[in-house]
Order: sequence, then C-alpha cells, then structure tokens
Amino acid sequence: MLSYILNLLPSMLEGLKMTISVFILTLALSLPFGILIALGRLSGNKLISSIFQLYIWVMRGTPLMLQLVFIFFGLPVVGITFDRFDSALLAFVLNYGAYMGEIFRAGIQSIEKGQYEAAKVLGFGPTKAFIRIILPQVIKRVIPPITNEVISLVKDTSLVYIVGLGELLRAGKIASNRDASLVPLAVAAGFYLILTALMTEGFKRYEKKYAYFE
Amino acid sequence: MVLEVKNIKKSFQGNIVLSDISFGLDSGEVMAVVGPSGAGKTTLLRCINALETSDGGSIKVDDKYLYREEKGKMIYADKKEMKDIRKKLGMVFQNFNLFPHKTVLENIIESPVNVYGVSKEEAIAEAGKLLQMLELTEKAEAYPHQMSGGQRQRAAIARACALRPSIMCFDEPTSALDPELTEGIAAIIEKLAGQGMSILVITHDMGFAKRIADRIIFMEGGQIVHSGTKDEFFEGSDNERVKRFIQS
Repeated sequence: MLSYILNLLPSMLEGLKMTISVFILTLALSLPFGILIALGRLSGNKLISSIFQLYIWVMRGTPLMLQLVFIFFGLPVVGITFDRFDSALLAFVLNYGAYMGEIFRAGIQSIEKGQYEAAKVLGFGPTKAFIRIILPQVIKRVIPPITNEVISLVKDTSLVYIVGLGELLRAGKIASNRDASLVPLAVAAGFYLILTALMTEGFKRYEKKYAYFE
Repeated sequence: MVLEVKNIKKSFQGNIVLSDISFGLDSGEVMAVVGPSGAGKTTLLRCINALETSDGGSIKVDDKYLYREEKGKMIYADKKEMKDIRKKLGMVFQNFNLFPHKTVLENIIESPVNVYGVSKEEAIAEAGKLLQMLELTEKAEAYPHQMSGGQRQRAAIARACALRPSIMCFDEPTSALDPELTEGIAAIIEKLAGQGMSILVITHDMGFAKRIADRIIFMEGGQIVHSGTKDEFFEGSDNERVKRFIQS
C-alpha cells in the first residue's frame, strides 16, 4: 500500500505544482484587481459604477467553468488566443476579482464617514486618505470573508483540467481509472486538505496581526 | 479677523438649514455657537470646514477665501489653497474620529508628515509638546480603543493642534463628558486661546458656553437670533427667545 502511494507521488506532485501555481497567481492578482473593481463599483460616476456592476453580475452569475471555456475556446474565434495556462489564469482572475471586489466594496462601505472627514480636515486628498487611512481598516475587516474565498479557490483550481492542464485532481483521476482504485483520489483529497489547512492557518495569523486595533 | 463668515446659505432638498449667516471671529477670541437641536449649528461648522458645500456666501480664513460667491456662482479655493486653509483650520469632531489603526502619536504626526512634509523628527518633537500640554504623554503609544473617552478627546485635540492652526473648531465637546471632564476641556480651551488660537465651539451646554466664551451666538431655525458678548448675552439680553433658552 505504502509503496503504491509512493509510486503515485511523482505524477500527483506534478499536478500539485500546477494547482499551486494557479492558486498563488490567482490570489496575488485577484486581490488588487478586486480593490479596483470595488472602487469602480463605488465610483460617483453612474456610468462607471453601472459598468462595474454589470461586470460583477456576469462574473458571479455564470459558472467559472463556462468562463474558462469561453476564454480558451471562444476567444480564438474572434482572433484572441492565449495559451492554456494564461487562459486559465485570466478566467480565474476575472472571476475571483469580481468576488473579491464585492468583499472589498462591503468593507469600504463599512468604514465610518467620520474617518474620511477626519482625513479631509487634516488635509488629505482622496487617494492618500484611501491608502493610508481607509484601506488598512478595510483589510482588517475583509480578512474573514477573503479566507472563505481563498478556500473555495483552492478547490476551484481543479477546473483548469477543462483547458487541458494537468492539475492535482486530474492526476488523481488518471491514476484512479488506470488502477481501478480510489486510493489516488484519497491522496488528492489529502493534498487539498493540507492546502486548505495551511491557508486557514496563514490567514488566522494575518488576522491576529491586525488584532492590535479595533 | 481670522475668520469671516458672510451670508452663508445652505439647504438640503429644499429644506433651509442655514439662511444668511454672517459673523466674524477675532484673533484669540473664544466664540460659542449655542441654540437648540436642529438650529443648524453643526451644519454651519461643517460649512466652515468645507465638509459641506455652501449654496451662497463666502468664508474667509485669514486672508484666503475658502469659497466666495461671484455673480451667483460659487468659487472654491483650488487644491493648493485648500491645503493651506486646512492647515489653519483645526477641527475636533464630536465623536473624535481618531484613526483606530494608529497610536496616539501616529494619529498626531500623520498629517504633518504625510500631507505637509514636516520631517518625522520635527513632528514627533512637536507632538511631544502637545501630549505634555494635554497630559497624555504616557498614552503616546496607546491605540484609541485602549483609552477612555476623555483621553480620546484630548488625543483628538492634540491631533488637530499638530499643525498649529490659527482657528480651532469644536463640535459639541462636552456631549459625552461628566462635569469634571467638562471643566478639564474648558481649561484646555482657555489654554489654547491663551496661546493666541481663536476658538469656535458648538455647544448646547449653556453653563459651558458661559464658562469659556468671550462672545456668544444664539442660533435657531438656521438663523442667528442673537449675538453679543457673554455679559450682554447672559445679563442684558432682551430677546425673549434667548431668555427662555437660558432659563430652561
């Protein structure tokens, strides 16, 4: 049994590498993108705000799997081609950016008006006030909901098989079919659990780091 | 005159909140704006701090216009002028609005260092003096949530003083204080005025107004009903409305 699992490991680890790449890059890009979406959504300009609202609606209102298919198989029809990995990453960032955007929007709206006013009377312009005064308070408030999204993201990475990328779950499935065994799937489950445990712990620490103020 | 308010008007959705308010504040003078709730006191203060726009009239701080009316159009100070005016105009909010993620010291030096380009050493030295004056030295490294209401208020005053404004505005400074702390804040206002700062205080606490003010403005229904020196106000006023308010 143990030697069977050890035999599985090389291909599984190869898949894990892909899973982690998609995960890390999506996370790193969708967070700043989400802040931009939130700011666009909260823009005083009605046109800009409704464009972002439409964007959020489309991205949250259609399956991520469908968005992947559109970007990888659909865009080439109109002459825009990305390779497999870039397509997957683009779809994930566009999709997760919308979710992150809504979380940041709620966070920004939860900050008391008085904080903006205090910054204003102290001479801050809007950009500086946002970066130095508002955003640090927003980050503290959005860590718990973002942790939820991050855990979803760990598992959603399995969707990249659609565009032919070999990730963790696909490696497990291939071995499972080949050997008529559920063990490879159990091994894949183990990896996902380890990843989510690491993320949960990491974000818990991050949350603690922000516990110094209320 | 350090502050000149002329013919300020403000309405919200057709509801007139301020109609034609004019007054001046002299250097080193303490002025209290009193009156019942809904009189427009806070709106007036917000117009002076450019937290609200005004529908008409002008406000001049030292010799710079925050805004003025020209041929029926409001002309606002540009970005740079605004920054200069804000430096001269301090504001202590009713609920203080300290930055919760910053210590008291960081709250005080935030604007001088990051907006006005004061060196950090200089800002910290200046903050040290303010903290000492306000008896907050041992709270310099504390966060707002670790302090009492009175301490938070003094921290907010220190922050507003950091750029040595010529005018300091207080919005209902006694609303959350017990009598002992009220005396404390009165003493602080006296001290600031003694240093040449002009003070504008919004309050509905008549005892407090009597304690601190040189001059008192009584507002009701968006208008100045009566204004005069403290003595005129409390002893000689023949205005029926004012008499009733003082007695109540």
